[in-house]
Amino acid sequence: MTTFVTDNCKGCRFTDCVTVCPVECFHYDDDMLYIDPDVCIDCSACIPECPVQAIYEDADYPEDKEEWIAINAEKAPNLPVCDSQMDPLPGAEERKAELGF
Amino acid sequence: MSESGTIDNPFLVAIVGAGPSGFYAAEALLKSDQHVRIRMFERLPSPYGLVRSGVAPDHPKLKQAIQVYSKIADSNDFSFIGNVTVGRDITVEELCAHHHAVIFTCGAETDRRLGIPGEDLAGSYTATEFVGWYNGHPDYRDREFDLSHETAVIIGQGNVAADVSRILAKTVDELKHTDIARHALDALAASRIRDIYVIGRRGPAQAKFTAKELREFGELEDCDPVVAAEELILNPASQQELEEKTNIGSKKIYDLFREFSERASGGKSRRVHFQFLRSPVELIGESKLERVKIEKNRLSGEAFNQSARGTGETCEFEAGILFRSIGYRGVPIAGVPFDERAGVFPNTQGRIMDDGKIVPQLYTAGWIKRGPSGIIGTNRACSVETVNSLLEDLGTLSSVEINTDPQDLQQLIDNRGVRTISFDEWQRIDVAEVARGAEANKPREKFTSIEEMFAVLSRP
Repeated sequence: MTTFVTDNCKGCRFTDCVTVCPVECFHYDDDMLYIDPDVCIDCSACIPECPVQAIYEDADYPEDKEEWIAINAEKAPNLPVCDSQMDPLPGAEERKAELGF
Repeated sequence: MSESGTIDNPFLVAIVGAGPSGFYAAEALLKSDQHVRIRMFERLPSPYGLVRSGVAPDHPKLKQAIQVYSKIADSNDFSFIGNVTVGRDITVEELCAHHHAVIFTCGAETDRRLGIPGEDLAGSYTATEFVGWYNGHPDYRDREFDLSHETAVIIGQGNVAADVSRILAKTVDELKHTDIARHALDALAASRIRDIYVIGRRGPAQAKFTAKELREFGELEDCDPVVAAEELILNPASQQELEEKTNIGSKKIYDLFREFSERASGGKSRRVHFQFLRSPVELIGESKLERVKIEKNRLSGEAFNQSARGTGETCEFEAGILFRSIGYRGVPIAGVPFDERAGVFPNTQGRIMDDGKIVPQLYTAGWIKRGPSGIIGTNRACSVETVNSLLEDLGTLSSVEINTDPQDLQQLIDNRGVRTISFDEWQRIDVAEVARGAEANKPREKFTSIEEMFAVLSRP
């Protein structure tokens, strides 16, 4: 099992997911969040929290999101941990509307 | 008196209950910019609450949350005081006399009742006792469950109901290398259960499973999931619910039910049947459960606010064992206000309230604060909210006169004849459990009685 963040997070970074993560497995850069698969316990608490449905489990994800499994694994360990809610990125609400949420 | 919140004179906070919400409250306090010392009280000698005794043994990855908790416990500003029952061994008033604040994170320890005739017949059990039993909880180790019948019924469609059904559905081979209690594995090995009915009051669009838990029923070694196609017919309001884009979780659940219903039988020897829009109205039997009487329901109300009403149409079927898993309630503690109806400690953002007024020093987080909802991580956000309230109140709390001498507190507990357990002592028990497990190729074999745990500590 792997849980991962996809490009819907890019430009939003709402970080609601982070508040319910039991193990602090989210990391961040200027664009979005990433999950460290070695730390994540696949509890799936974060999935319903995301206002733009950016988070998936590998048991069930759209085909065009496949690359994000590897991107999360590669990026997360080298980035700072996000352990509490941050302000969304500027323009996050517009981006959310654009994504249809 | 010198100012509180400094290195020499830290704020003293008691946390009652060593489960996830307790540890997340401790974490939030330790991360704050105040100097806080935490004493975590737990009625068992072992910490970790439902992560240890609730999370199913075949979900070992979820139990890795324990690594986070043991790191919190390593802090110099944290102490674990196990085997102390607050309200019996030490009163809430006494805790308040020794701490600036007390946070109750003691969970929802008892089950909601069905409120129907026959509920207390032998053979009718609560999910709590069964879960506690297979997880080796000392309170439930001596329970006996009659697994000699072919039909079991689970009332409720949340993740606890899923756990109970899955444990009944799995083969011994699927369980024997987990940390399931040995007594439970032995009893399950002799189980004759073939058909497991998982019954929900509302429809397939309202089932409370997570997709992840439901999916597992499609992957069992010797059990087929069964959903009759007509069970999946939706009323217009439920259709509307599933079309709502933000309700994707329920849509996934429904799609899984659909997949189960279209699947050819795998010819496996056990079956889990998911049934909807039904409520038990009577449990029937001479001296023990023999039959379950079920009433069909219909949904009424607007989308996302539909409730189930009985239609008057009933049927009966034979069943030898039934578990109810329809929600949980907290248990009152003397000295703390209690909301009888909701089964929680009444509160506003974690501040405990009595008749609409804030009770100074008392806070709450987790299931005893908000009711039994969400999963492990949900408690983190819940505890952070409570700790934020507490930190806002520090100005007032720091003026409370308390006895800061830890010796006095220890003396008080000792005088009641209670043998407390420290975190170091717990770690010795932990190591011994893991060693015992290794002999049977299990991640651990839990000690299921407090005496066994003390026996470890008295070894040289």
